[in-house]
Amino acid sequence: MRIPCTFLGHARWHAAMTRIVSLGLLCLLIAIPVAATAQDDVDNGQALLEALDVRSFQDKAEAINAIIESEDERANDWLQALLDGDLQRHKDDGRFVIVTDNVGREWPVIDALSGDDLGEMSRRDLARININNALRRQLRSALSMVELYTGDRDERREAAKGLIGKVDDELSDSLASRLENESDEDVRHRLNQALAVYRLEQGDIDAVETLAGSLNSDVRVALTRAADGEGAVADAAQAALADIEQTLKLNRGAETLYFGLSMGSVLVLAAIGLAITFGVMGVINMAHGELIMLGAYSSWMMQQLLPGYPGIAVLLSIPVGFLVSALVGVVIERSVIQHLKGRPLETLLATFGVSLILQQLVRTVVSPLNRSVTTPEWMSGSVAINDALSLTLNRLYVMGFAVLVFAALILVMHRTRLGLEVRAVTQNRAMARSMGIRATRVDIMTFALGSGVAGLAGVALAQLTNVGPNLGQSYIIDSFMVVVFGGVGNLWGTLVAGLSLGIINQVLEPWAGAVLAKIMVLVFIILFIQKRPRGLFPQKGRAAEG
Amino acid sequence: MYQRIPSPRWLAASLIALGVSAPAVAQDDDPIKVGILHSLSGTMAISESTLKDTVEMLVEQQNEAGGLLGRELEPVVVDPASDWPLFAERARELLEQEEVDVIFGNWTSVSRKAVLPVMEELNGLLFYPVQYEGEESSENVFYTGAAPNQQSIPAVNYLHDQVGVERWVLAGTDYVFPRTTNRILEAYLKDEFGVADDDIMVNYTPFGHSDWQNIVSEIKRFGSEGKKTAVVSTINGDANVPFYRELGNQGVDAADIPVMAFSVGEQELSGIDTGPLVGHLAAWNYFMSVDTDANYDFIDAWIEYNDDETVVTNDPMEAHYIGFNMWTEAVRKAGTTDVDAVKDAIIGVSVPNLSGGYATMMPNHHITKPVMVGEIQDNGQFAVVWETPSTVAGDAWSDYLSGSRDLIADWRKPMECGNYNVAEGTCMGSNAEEQAEEALSGD
Repeated sequence: MRIPCTFLGHARWHAAMTRIVSLGLLCLLIAIPVAATAQDDVDNGQALLEALDVRSFQDKAEAINAIIESEDERANDWLQALLDGDLQRHKDDGRFVIVTDNVGREWPVIDALSGDDLGEMSRRDLARININNALRRQLRSALSMVELYTGDRDERREAAKGLIGKVDDELSDSLASRLENESDEDVRHRLNQALAVYRLEQGDIDAVETLAGSLNSDVRVALTRAADGEGAVADAAQAALADIEQTLKLNRGAETLYFGLSMGSVLVLAAIGLAITFGVMGVINMAHGELIMLGAYSSWMMQQLLPGYPGIAVLLSIPVGFLVSALVGVVIERSVIQHLKGRPLETLLATFGVSLILQQLVRTVVSPLNRSVTTPEWMSGSVAINDALSLTLNRLYVMGFAVLVFAALILVMHRTRLGLEVRAVTQNRAMARSMGIRATRVDIMTFALGSGVAGLAGVALAQLTNVGPNLGQSYIIDSFMVVVFGGVGNLWGTLVAGLSLGIINQVLEPWAGAVLAKIMVLVFIILFIQKRPRGLFPQKGRAAEG
Repeated sequence: MYQRIPSPRWLAASLIALGVSAPAVAQDDDPIKVGILHSLSGTMAISESTLKDTVEMLVEQQNEAGGLLGRELEPVVVDPASDWPLFAERARELLEQEEVDVIFGNWTSVSRKAVLPVMEELNGLLFYPVQYEGEESSENVFYTGAAPNQQSIPAVNYLHDQVGVERWVLAGTDYVFPRTTNRILEAYLKDEFGVADDDIMVNYTPFGHSDWQNIVSEIKRFGSEGKKTAVVSTINGDANVPFYRELGNQGVDAADIPVMAFSVGEQELSGIDTGPLVGHLAAWNYFMSVDTDANYDFIDAWIEYNDDETVVTNDPMEAHYIGFNMWTEAVRKAGTTDVDAVKDAIIGVSVPNLSGGYATMMPNHHITKPVMVGEIQDNGQFAVVWETPSTVAGDAWSDYLSGSRDLIADWRKPMECGNYNVAEGTCMGSNAEEQAEEALSGD
């Protein structure tokens, strides 16, 4: 490996800093056996860190450079701690420490110089060495340069990607040699692109060929800059850009479709419980939103009971959320709704009252503030399809969950005895009773099922939005809208309506704005209902006419 | 130009005031009534309920320290339930039936506008603790939150000068505060920095907006064209949690496209995992992470009062802390809780803030505040990365809007005017009623 360690001597705080810093750390890494002697010199480390404890961020940047050039073997730990905000200084004795856990008021710390465990310190006594975005960028690129050589495959990929648009004379040589030793195809591809962008800046027309078809935004910026020039290079760059634009358009379409489906699946989840209680049973339940909220709160509760295991908590909160909401649903049905059978207006008012009671109950018992539900590691971030298109994982999971819930409901309604009884009771209550079906029991079970599904929606929503007392209010209107649009009493209608409303909304949003898009969707539904009062998939048969 | 330092005269006056706290004789043994007008139910309960607790805690502390003028303080709490017209009714109830001596309250601008005519009619005292859009100065209201020149303008200067931002996304919730702020900012960006129309993207979303996929993706596209881009966010309340989640999930890194928020504080962040948000910015006049003993004492007291280790403090809480202390100081100085006497006495009063400096009440009923820019940390706190060298006096009327450029407010005798036109040399007078009607009908 050939690395130009020599030029570290004349490092200056400048645009070239990133490169110098990176190479410095690299030299340090390779030079560890040599640098071992530096370890004895404790005063040196103290001085290096002391230079960081200044107000000006520019001075801090130079101090970081100095640390890298010092080739001290603890440099990597210091810089990582600095990046994480864990490098702190004791106010009284001026000792530098690294905080290992910054929750609460007393923090466990270790000595930054010796690495000794110092027990717990009060946050009152510690002053953090602050960094800002510029320093964060500097530290990250320094640390990622090390990763390019020593990291695992994913780290190397990230590091190589970060280099696009940042290569210059010095760096290009060492990268070229790095390229020879690199085995991973993806890393090689990135390094090639990074080098091509550099060559393009030098006016090399062959570089355009390497860059053609890339969706990376830094590549696009470089090509745009080249296309603004004159001559053959500019023409080639223009052609490549036009090509890229075309692909980007396709990607944008795919992205909008994904956004629409994901928004649609949220709507379906929120509405599907209502499709049972309102659609099948005909009960106007204004407290439906609050049943969703209770599901979200059970998700939060499970995380409180299982601190440190957000993943398991999320999985467990699926049955718990279902049961909690189903139970509350039964209580509402027994105490309020059953006494108001056949009086929709009174039911509407009474359940609206119930919804206010539930909201205030949560405010009083839990807190009026939003609660934080942690997203498990495997649900955060996104999967990159290509440089321009990535799908967010939490929404992907919610989409899958919506499909599962829907499939399960269809099975229950069409393949189980409960489903059969529900359909019988809703179609002709008197006849069903005379056939020996206990209609009251079926009412309770159906309402519990619908409410429980609302709870499941809450568990999913807890991963996307606020868990607070107002959660339900924002979904109740949307839920009714989806059920009515889809056709009351038809689960498939709810699915199609939810997904299509989601897509329509996301297609309109970029050019109409979020506010107007929402209004346009509402107007569309009003017009649609005028034409087809029974929605997309009207229920047929005598029951529907009655 | 926004760094007005309080003149030596006020400082002197306030120092005297501090020294000569009158050895008051109890005039009567009735308690002094402190009205608290914050929503405890409805949408705004999330933000306002902690402010109610804050004032109650301050009252309790004051009573433990011997009360005020030898009398006990008694908090009177009412719940306007996030219903703007109800704010006016509750304010009337506090002043007419409960006969409170002072009111601490309101959060949204529209609720303040609703209360304004009641305050002026019944001659009450209101301390308003939230950052707002300016363009107002009432004889009966003391604005302890930030005016635009104490928050948005310095924040934009920071982004331009320190971060080198050339393209701007102004994203906000669709109501009066973001729209006014963005109007001021757009004019400021074009006039001061010569930003082109193409380099400004304005976006409004409804209250409680939860599906941010498209907007975040648009911001990413807008910011990937080679120029340094930043988002200036006046997104309010609940909508922030899904917005920041989406930012994190779509990988919008603060080092590439920083988001500078004007309505996101420690409390809003307590609802999210801030790991992916490290480095995004907020501009306030106080952060919980401020490293002073006064602040640590306040936090300790707050934790004890709530008996909960995880509670956070935020900027409007500090504003109430300052406002409450200013009021007690003015009452001591005046020797009475009489509204007119306190109103006169409070101008020029200086009390310590929580960041190690002093806040002074200016003649326009706004106070002096330091302006800080903080970056979000992974523990839900902010680290201050930039701060004005001295405190900034709140400007009631923006210098960047044509209608208000010539207006000043000065409630000292003999001017006693909240909107004096310097160019014409006349006082425009009160139009609180009209403003209230306008605000309420627009809601």
